[in-house]
Amino acid sequence: MVERILEVERLSVDIQVPAGTLRAVQGINFHVDRGETLCIVGESGCGKSITALSLMNLLPSSATRTADKLELDGREIQNFDERQMADLRGDRLAMIFQEPMTSLNPAYTIGNQLEEAMLRHRNVSRSEARDRAVFLLEKVGITGARGRLKQYPHQLSGGLRQRVMIAMSLMCGPDLIIADEPTTALDVTIQAQILHLLADLQREFNMSLILITHDLGIVARVADRVAVMYAGEFVETGTADQVFNRPSHPYTQGLLNCIPIPGKTKRGAHLGAIPGIVPSLIGEMHGCHFASRCQFVQDDCLKGKIAFREATKGGHQYRCILSSAESARNLKKANAA
Amino acid sequence: MLQYMLKRLGVAVLVALTVSLITFSMIYLSGDPAIALAGESATEEDISNIRKFYGYDRPIIIQYLDWLWRALQGDFGQSHYLKSSVAGVIFERLPTTMLLGACAISFALILSIPLGVLAAIRPNSLIDRFALTIAVIGQAMPSFWFALTLMLWFGITWRLLPITGSSSWANFVMPAIALGYYVTPGVMRLTRAGMLEVLASDYIRTARAKGLRPMPVLFKHALRNAILPVVSLAAVQFGFMLGGSIVIETIFAINGLGFLAWESIQRADLPVMQAIVLVLSVFYIALTFLSDMLNAFLDPRIRVR
Ligand SMILES: Nc1ncnc2c1ncn2[C@@H]1O[C@H](COP(=O)(O)OP(=O)(O)OP(=O)(O)O)[C@@H](O)[C@H]1O
Ligand code: SF4
Ligand SMILES: [Mg+2]
Repeated sequence: MVERILEVERLSVDIQVPAGTLRAVQGINFHVDRGETLCIVGESGCGKSITALSLMNLLPSSATRTADKLELDGREIQNFDERQMADLRGDRLAMIFQEPMTSLNPAYTIGNQLEEAMLRHRNVSRSEARDRAVFLLEKVGITGARGRLKQYPHQLSGGLRQRVMIAMSLMCGPDLIIADEPTTALDVTIQAQILHLLADLQREFNMSLILITHDLGIVARVADRVAVMYAGEFVETGTADQVFNRPSHPYTQGLLNCIPIPGKTKRGAHLGAIPGIVPSLIGEMHGCHFASRCQFVQDDCLKGKIAFREATKGGHQYRCILSSAESARNLKKANAA
Repeated sequence: MLQYMLKRLGVAVLVALTVSLITFSMIYLSGDPAIALAGESATEEDISNIRKFYGYDRPIIIQYLDWLWRALQGDFGQSHYLKSSVAGVIFERLPTTMLLGACAISFALILSIPLGVLAAIRPNSLIDRFALTIAVIGQAMPSFWFALTLMLWFGITWRLLPITGSSSWANFVMPAIALGYYVTPGVMRLTRAGMLEVLASDYIRTARAKGLRPMPVLFKHALRNAILPVVSLAAVQFGFMLGGSIVIETIFAINGLGFLAWESIQRADLPVMQAIVLVLSVFYIALTFLSDMLNAFLDPRIRVR
């Protein structure tokens, strides 16, 4: 029996900007079950971080969130006030950010900052919190953990700081961790280590993980399910197998053509970046958001809202007017080229 | 940390020496000190006697070293007017000025830090505008004028506080406000700017993501970092305030160093003026050094390498 940790229906976020209303997230649906990893992928600016922050209710004050449903552990949290949300944050719901270099407070030791995360939510002594911190620092692969507690953030490298951030998110054993591009700021060699670490810990503690990234190589390795995001919307969702074996939305197909395949892609060959730029999210949008960059665009694409279609049985959906037979044909052609 | 401390200390000593040299040259700034001392009807012989008596006939560098050596031992010579030792007069007056300075800086910090924090929490709110108004007025208004206004209202119109003297704590209220108010705008604007910057930082978001309540986020995580530049500014301002105390003490007839400076200028009592300038300068340098140390203590990026 699967335990549903998070259920989101028609989540939207509007941000007031000088030029008008920026519709950063436009009615997305998704859910996360216990022990599952959901990857959200998409280009820069498509609304991934705003989605993550809206779940934590840490949006900038210029943003407003609406949803039909926002349930964590079966409880509707939309109307939670700041106090109730603060009780959830760091306890049931934790977040790891993109910028390890600046996400820790320079004025306090990492021990202090780790312990604080537990002291806030659990009725434990400081030494119990310290033991938990040491245990988790060892878990995230930091040697000499007890000695590290007295160190300040500036004494640690970016990779180590991100490990500390991961340990911090685990202090209270949350049900769900949201990791927003946790490795983008790190060296390539360290990126893989950190991501594998996250995936291992997720399995070991049987947590749910929402991993936000634009690195499809990572998604292929760790995702149970994938949501492809474009200009504030999800354009394709499904299990990792479904999306990778049978990408059905022209945008997903384009993205997957972007990953270099070992042996197939010539060294130095131009990667198939999708031509064109992301449309502005300010104001109302009509028709398919991807239309301005899609090579299959037709008149019907520009009218009304494009509905989801089923690509494969079992929850594999894409938002496009092309039938699944047509999209399969396009995919074959692209692969042959 | 030790290396940092020694470096700062070295700089402080060098600055102090430079200041002492400048202070010493004050004697020669207004012409031949012997002529000035001897008075108008003095003969050549009187002047040369005085020159010998005070040692003004020796090479200047020797005079300076001699003066410095005595000053280091707390001997600033005799007052030309009061017929007592300069050190005695100064140390009699110093506590009053320090008390006034401490009251003024406390008033300034108690007013400006909370206002700066509140203004940063709610930018462009009513409280922010109120704080801005206070800052603008504070920056625009000369302190002597503000002092006189206070005197007029609280001293004369409403008769709430004594106008002059330094005999009771009530005497210090208006001078401390007048002196401290002048420091308020800078400290408040710096606190506000620092808090705004820190509150927008990633580690504040982390603190909130941990579920910390607003108060710990504000005071433990934000203020601690925003206060660093404020500490330096407050120390510098405290130094300036001691200088400003010349005006304020004179207006309120507070028997401190500033008032003494004013009196000595009128009496052309050079050794006293010299000593006051030196003492205040050294105090200022010591403050700067202390604020560096405090900053290092508060900021682990300096303290721990
Ligand atoms: N504080 C803000 N004020 C105004 N607009 C914002 C703000 N934060 C984000 N946006 C806008 O919202 C949209 C979505 O931004 P978001 O940060 O979610 O993108 P992202 O998918 O996380 O991109 P990246 O991969 O670069 O992190 C963008 O168009 C961005 O310009
Ligand atoms: S709806 Fe039309 S424009 Fe949009 S992705 Fe499908 S074919 Fe392309
Ligand atoms: Mg982002």
